[in-house]
Amino acid sequence: MRNPLNPAVVGIKPSGIRKFFDIVTEMKDAISLGVGEPDFATPWHIREEGIYSLEKARTHYTSNSGLIELRREISSFVERHYDVHYESKNEILVTVGGSEAIDLAIRAMVCPGDEVIIPQPCYVSYEPCVILTQGVPVTIPLQEKNEFRLTAQELRDAITEKTKMLVLPFPNNPTGAIMTREDLEAIAEVCIEKDIVVVSDEIYSELTYGTKHVSIASLPGMWERTILINGFSKGHAMTGWRLGYACGPAEIIQQMMKIHQFAIMCAPTASQYAAIDALKNGDEDVAMMRDAYDKRRRYVLHELRDMGLSCFEPYGAFYVFPCIAEFGMSSEEFATKLLQEEKVAIVPGTAFGDSGEGFLRISYAYSLESLKEALGRLRRFVVKLRAEKQ
Amino acid sequence: MAVDMRILESLDQNAKLTVKELAVMLGESEESVAASIKEMEEDRVICGYPTLINWDKTDRQLVTAMIEVKVTPQRGQGFDKIAERIYQFEEVDAVFLMSGGFDLCVMIHGKTLQSVAEFVSSKLSPMDSVLSTSTHFVLKKYKEHGLPLVQKIEDERMLITP
Repeated sequence: MRNPLNPAVVGIKPSGIRKFFDIVTEMKDAISLGVGEPDFATPWHIREEGIYSLEKARTHYTSNSGLIELRREISSFVERHYDVHYESKNEILVTVGGSEAIDLAIRAMVCPGDEVIIPQPCYVSYEPCVILTQGVPVTIPLQEKNEFRLTAQELRDAITEKTKMLVLPFPNNPTGAIMTREDLEAIAEVCIEKDIVVVSDEIYSELTYGTKHVSIASLPGMWERTILINGFSKGHAMTGWRLGYACGPAEIIQQMMKIHQFAIMCAPTASQYAAIDALKNGDEDVAMMRDAYDKRRRYVLHELRDMGLSCFEPYGAFYVFPCIAEFGMSSEEFATKLLQEEKVAIVPGTAFGDSGEGFLRISYAYSLESLKEALGRLRRFVVKLRAEKQ
Repeated sequence: MAVDMRILESLDQNAKLTVKELAVMLGESEESVAASIKEMEEDRVICGYPTLINWDKTDRQLVTAMIEVKVTPQRGQGFDKIAERIYQFEEVDAVFLMSGGFDLCVMIHGKTLQSVAEFVSSKLSPMDSVLSTSTHFVLKKYKEHGLPLVQKIEDERMLITP
């Protein structure tokens, strides 16, 4: 039989997190700080709306772009929160999670040979999506000294004649870094000058602490060259509903819609009805969860620093990204040893790109009790390693 | 009076938080958190730190009841005087002044149905201002103080996700 596989797919490395996942699942009684989703269940009024939609037998396809009522709510939400306007009719596409929107945006715009700049460490899907379109991923290793923000200089240095797109993943998973308005203005200037389109993955936009999220799409000259990606998974604690959206100029969104139409048809109908309620009545839930995350964020940061790990203060998402370089081990070695000796699962920074080497991603999407237990074990482990070194 | 809502909301969810933990989580100094709590305790903004217990899981014999009480308000003192006479009893857990078809809602506990009935007939009903009572026994508690008592919420997330 001939080889049935596409070498481009075979050539894609499995996600670095997958490898660690396999080790962890063999460990029966491990506790974890490795989860990239909220610990909160979706607020009940949203779940109830999903149930109600089923009771009303709303079990059919919706329009390809998503329910117009949902798109109207998205339009109003994005304008209210991020000060940027999209027409619900043709500038918004409802997708199966933010991850589908990322894939669509890249596929609709990247041609073979086009270079796509991806700041790392970052979420795991950008690079494979670019490779599948035969584009060329160009990664920028972000620096701890810049608090893992992307600087205009780093961006300039990565740009070539072939650069077409920048993926901008802030607030960032795994580092928790955010970009302030000033940071974004400097990036916008380069993008406009070099005529680069931006795919801005803002899935954690509702989870920033002490400062309000700024969307690059709201800056002058950026609306027309930005696809804004967001969704319900993180802010509204709706990961399992698989619902996200993309906003942008109609000529791009409509091409993305074509791929979506043929590959997906439409996002799950019950999820769309639930999401309408999330946007109409969910601001208070989000504020409550944000407040809880913020307390845990301060707690985790304090504990990590107290055990002597160097750690910049992250102002977004629900991750802290401490440095473990002092122990002379790779992130993966550290995480594996920690798992074996203390049964705590923490994702090594390298699961999110080579520049995550020397770091761990600690999620604080856990109850305070769980955080205390897991951080207590990490502290014991760190103390032991230091004693062994001497 | 310095009321610190952030401290109150944190303690409302978890009274076990130490001053140090509160200070870290709210980004304030231990001294200021301790002083603030002390002041709120003195001002009776914070009235106590009881624990929420599901007694159904223990061997303790416990009957709780909600009693609707109709009373005659007293001149110059309204309902406060009679409410106070009722809430002084050790077996009374809560007393609320209500709008609607009755005046006071009295939550009480006792070891047996009989002891609750005895309290109503010998202590509550004979009071001068009490016109009538209607006793409802609690059969099962599902949720109290914002927390479900019946099912344990398991973390069903995968251990590692991107």
